[in-house]
Amino acid sequence: MMIRTFLCALVLVFGAVLPAQAVEVQRVVSPGGIEAWLVEDHGNPILSMDLAFRGGSALNPQGLEGLANMTASLIDEGAGDLDSQAFQGALEDHSISLRFSAGQDSFSGEVFTLSENRELAFKLLRLALTQPRFDAEPVERIRAQIQAGIARSAENPNAIAGRTLRGLFFPDHPYGRPGAGTPESVAAIAVSDMRGFVARRLARDTLAIGVVGDISPAGLAKLLDETFSDLPATAENGAVAETVPQGDGALIVVEKDVPQSVVAFGHGGLKRDDPDYYAGYVVNYVLGGGGFSSRLYEEVREKRGLAYSVYSYLSPLDHSALVMGGVATQNGRVATSLDLIRQEWRRMAEEGPSETELDNAKTYLTGSFPLRFSSSGRISGMLVGMQIQNLGIDYLDRRNSLIEAVTLDDAKRAAKRLYDADKLAVVIVGKPNGLVSNREMPKS
Amino acid sequence: MRLLLGCSRHGLAARLAGSMLALAFAALIQTDPAAARVFDPETFTLDNGMQVVVITNRRAPIVTHMVWYKVGAADESPGESGNAHFLEHLLFKGTKTLGPGEFSEIVARNGGQENAFTSQDYTAYFQTVARDRLEIVMRHEADRMVNLVLTDEIVLPERDVVLEERRSRTDNSPGAQLGEMMNAVAYLNHPYRMPVIGWEHEIRALNTQTALAFYRRWYAPNNAILIVAGDVSGDEVRSLAEKYYGRIPARSVPERRRLEEPPQKAARRVILKSPQVRQPSLTIRYLAPSISSAAPEQTYPLEVLEEIVGGGATSRLYRSLVVEQGLATSAGAGYSSGGLDSGTFSFYASPRPGIGIEKVEQALRTEIAGLVKDGVSEAEVALARRRLRASAIYARDSLSTAPNIFGRALTSGQSVEDVEAWPERIEAVTAAQVGAAARATLLDVHSVTGLLLPEPTS
Repeated sequence: MMIRTFLCALVLVFGAVLPAQAVEVQRVVSPGGIEAWLVEDHGNPILSMDLAFRGGSALNPQGLEGLANMTASLIDEGAGDLDSQAFQGALEDHSISLRFSAGQDSFSGEVFTLSENRELAFKLLRLALTQPRFDAEPVERIRAQIQAGIARSAENPNAIAGRTLRGLFFPDHPYGRPGAGTPESVAAIAVSDMRGFVARRLARDTLAIGVVGDISPAGLAKLLDETFSDLPATAENGAVAETVPQGDGALIVVEKDVPQSVVAFGHGGLKRDDPDYYAGYVVNYVLGGGGFSSRLYEEVREKRGLAYSVYSYLSPLDHSALVMGGVATQNGRVATSLDLIRQEWRRMAEEGPSETELDNAKTYLTGSFPLRFSSSGRISGMLVGMQIQNLGIDYLDRRNSLIEAVTLDDAKRAAKRLYDADKLAVVIVGKPNGLVSNREMPKS
Repeated sequence: MRLLLGCSRHGLAARLAGSMLALAFAALIQTDPAAARVFDPETFTLDNGMQVVVITNRRAPIVTHMVWYKVGAADESPGESGNAHFLEHLLFKGTKTLGPGEFSEIVARNGGQENAFTSQDYTAYFQTVARDRLEIVMRHEADRMVNLVLTDEIVLPERDVVLEERRSRTDNSPGAQLGEMMNAVAYLNHPYRMPVIGWEHEIRALNTQTALAFYRRWYAPNNAILIVAGDVSGDEVRSLAEKYYGRIPARSVPERRRLEEPPQKAARRVILKSPQVRQPSLTIRYLAPSISSAAPEQTYPLEVLEEIVGGGATSRLYRSLVVEQGLATSAGAGYSSGGLDSGTFSFYASPRPGIGIEKVEQALRTEIAGLVKDGVSEAEVALARRRLRASAIYARDSLSTAPNIFGRALTSGQSVEDVEAWPERIEAVTAAQVGAAARATLLDVHSVTGLLLPEPTS
């Protein structure tokens, strides 16, 4: 009877690339106006749902860093009339996986359930989103777990490198603050803060939903209303300012007594909606994105054996953009490795990729696209990502042509815009020979 | 902290540890266990002795192609720890007809992804590609089974890469160093005591000759298993496999004879203190039977026990130590059941800030003693079986799960039938068997306790 209430907006045709049944994305709109993108798949009695509310850790108030993260860790620790053990027991006894997490720009959830437990799974999801209890026991238990995690990452070279680089890029912006919070801010988060977060931030107008699996559009429409119609219509999200990464040319050494230095580096990049984004994406595959055949891999690892891993990647944010990379090498070889990386960074900016490199990159990036459709969870995650990033419901159909359309001129232009070896900000955690900081350590 | 730690060439370690493997085998149909099929693969053997397993999965027009060799770190010669993993890296360095890295370039140009990994008992290579590229990767995988070409010029820089990999994985991480030390005392004689990646001084001594000797000794079609999963039929795989792997002649391959473990007569304790540690943790690990080395009634109950004590937020350990007593931030258990010669059963916990590790250890030991003394209830076993059943349906979702399960099982002494019979064996487990398995396994003299502790900088 719900058949008329959903809209099958689009049926994608993938031709030879993907079988239609794997990627037929349907727009389902419930009678109550909740929208979800659905890929029906009745091959296994399983349902995977991803959801995301726009706005994440960057909206945490000053002094309450870690609020989104702590709330994500607690809304499934008791809700409605179920206390923490009763709630978790209902999940585990029915093999339902329900998880929440907070990113810089969004607050996300994942549900994975057998068809036979679908009603219960969505009921528990609704309770978590609308009636979390925040009882004292789970609040203090989760707070202790978060504090322990912060303590662990305080000594982890990779975590230190990432945190320091972020502080360098964004000294006066929420992106520069730690998403999990600091020992002080996590200690300061009160139940009232988390209740306020749930009431103001988890709303229908910022929600995106992706579903894959054993459900009809009509069945989903009904569940959408049952699950999400209690949410407030609109979120009260503050504004996050647009920002440009700082720290050009910085070198920071964080002294640590480890045999291998961990190095993170980067500078401003291209936003997701930049007209050169796809060209930049292809060019970065050539420089440091392609696992086995990138220029960085070839120069640093294959030819000289300097590192096990070396890479670069684009990191677009909602309100800024970065291009970043990393390498780890014994303390005596950090300087050599960095020289090589800077040299390749510069060469790519000046010359761009060769015609052959561009062709190979495009062949890989288009040919490997179907490999992303290897599990329900990966596909439902993509459906949400497409909505959050405003890529359009036909994105899966268009994506390879966006890559194919990149010309050598586009690639060279994007490379010139994207890479600037002199701007690279570098953080080294270890005892690198012959390298000293040229800046103050950023706060936080 | 697991025994069968994989070491992969690009960090994508196979995370399906022994216990995960067990989880994924569960039943789909419990009404008639004898008729239950888990993955229902097609299997056959080529004339040269190479076993082939095909799992058809039409989710997407892609295939995963894997070759698993029945050789791992535990088969290395004394003084050459790390050789199996080193050779795994070197298999990307070219053949009589392809230059170094050229196979990888071909895979990438065809939109494929690839990697390889090494454990104590196996070494595996795989590519995932569009279904019409299967023949390309099969041709080259077969090529490097017999035609590897190595020179010092390309081998020696790769040895440096492996040393950097060891620094990344182990030498920069106190937790990984403690794991290595615990392994080294968990076995008194058996080669599982050696790290898969190798001791640093022995990695430094590996070279072109050690790698080629290992290659010639162990890499042969009759010591390998081909597994293909995805949008492909058994007949399609058969004709391609005969064409590319079938023409490689079988060779004599040595029996895998590992040094045997003597009776263990004392509990051991390993403590690592480091200024890099802020958050202490504790592991108690017992030697345990593995599925291939012991009778089913000894091992399947341990899988159920793992689910009961360490399964999640309502499992015994988490509920007691983390929720009710408020002593720990985490607590759980894991059964590594997949080893060719033996397995381990481990308990772990990490104290809440402000709580001493001794208190947590005491509480953990009280729980273990309770398991040995009182066993578990039928109700707990029934719930655990139900969760294990559900996990198998999930296991069919992802393309990569089934081929990894078969690869691990078949290189570690199990058969396709063992995998497919898993449902009925788990269904048959009783509370009495779980109690008996706990009593037989959780013996103090078979245990190693590892403590990771902070040390203030001087």
